[in-house]
Amino acid sequence: MIKIVNNKAWFLVLPVFAVVAFSVVLPLMTVVNYSVQDSFGNNQFFWNGVGWFQDLLDPSKELGGRFFDSLWRNLLFSGIILAIEIPLGIAIALAMPREGWSVALSLVLMALPLLIPWNVVGTIWQVFARSDIGLLGWAVNNLGIDYNYTGHTLDAWITLVVMDVWHWTSLVALLCYAGLKSIPDAYYQAARIDGASRWAVFRTIQLPKMRRVLLIAVLLRFMDSFMIYTEPFVLTGGGPGNATTFLSIDLVKLALGQFDLGKAAAMSLVYNLIILAVCWVFYTVMTSADAKAERVEA
Amino acid sequence: MPDLAWMAWTWQTAIFFSVIAVLLLVMTALAIFYPETERIGVLRIPTTRGDRLFISLIGSAFINLAWLGLVGPDLWWSLGLSLVYAAAVFRYV
Repeated sequence: MIKIVNNKAWFLVLPVFAVVAFSVVLPLMTVVNYSVQDSFGNNQFFWNGVGWFQDLLDPSKELGGRFFDSLWRNLLFSGIILAIEIPLGIAIALAMPREGWSVALSLVLMALPLLIPWNVVGTIWQVFARSDIGLLGWAVNNLGIDYNYTGHTLDAWITLVVMDVWHWTSLVALLCYAGLKSIPDAYYQAARIDGASRWAVFRTIQLPKMRRVLLIAVLLRFMDSFMIYTEPFVLTGGGPGNATTFLSIDLVKLALGQFDLGKAAAMSLVYNLIILAVCWVFYTVMTSADAKAERVEA
Repeated sequence: MPDLAWMAWTWQTAIFFSVIAVLLLVMTALAIFYPETERIGVLRIPTTRGDRLFISLIGSAFINLAWLGLVGPDLWWSLGLSLVYAAAVFRYV
């Protein structure tokens, strides 16, 4: 059979294209223009070539130093929360009930943190972890541990990580739960007949079947944590010192606090390039995993 | 003609975006007049011409940044390197 390809459907995308042109392409072009110039306001710009990029990529310069510091902080943060949220999410999904009234209850409970806006999550934890009036901070301090997230770097990081785990682990768990639900009963029956252990069932049935949703979960959680802004901004404001200043927070300080449009533009372009590259890798791995699975099934 | 002063155009960035626009137009024309199928190259992933253009562009961006950070501000060399890289991507990926 000859498949007729009709590309006229692309015209249906035109309205979206127009919206994206105004909301993304023109601003992005402007950022590129800013990144090679310096401005003292009043819409006057002076050519600076690749100067800002040169500063940005040189860790001994002020701009490069803060850029690489926030980049490492961001990567460390993403690494830590992925290392906690993914195994924890899998464990929770495995422990969630499969049938009965408790399914609906646990799904609703799991979805609750996801419904809370970022700045509210930040505020909740900001109050919750305070050592004078916050339940968590007060309790920890009364246990004899000197805990103060506004003063100690480690405490600020622990609070941020716990907050993110609290907020987003259920996303991973719900995705994994969906993956688990799609496994036909026959697989488990076959495993029982073979006398497979609980671990063997997990390794050879459940984990491979969760592969695709796990990839999506890793992608979503990596991107979200790599772009995190609101929660640390509300909780610590990037402090103590610069200890929790992530890329997005630094960028806003640079662009709107110091009004260094050229430096901020250069930083945001490199930030954007990193995100674009990571997204492409994840997307490619995901689609090729899908294609492989389809070939196996066919 | 709308006032575009707020976009802070320079002729250098205008050339940059014109080149990208021309590339996209050429790609569209190629897709219309010479339809293609995906192929699998050295990366073991199926790619179309558009995918290869994307890989070339984003790779070139990183080549230029790496050159700027590790070697120096003379970016003509890294531009040449990027063109070689792009040719290799279109040939082998």
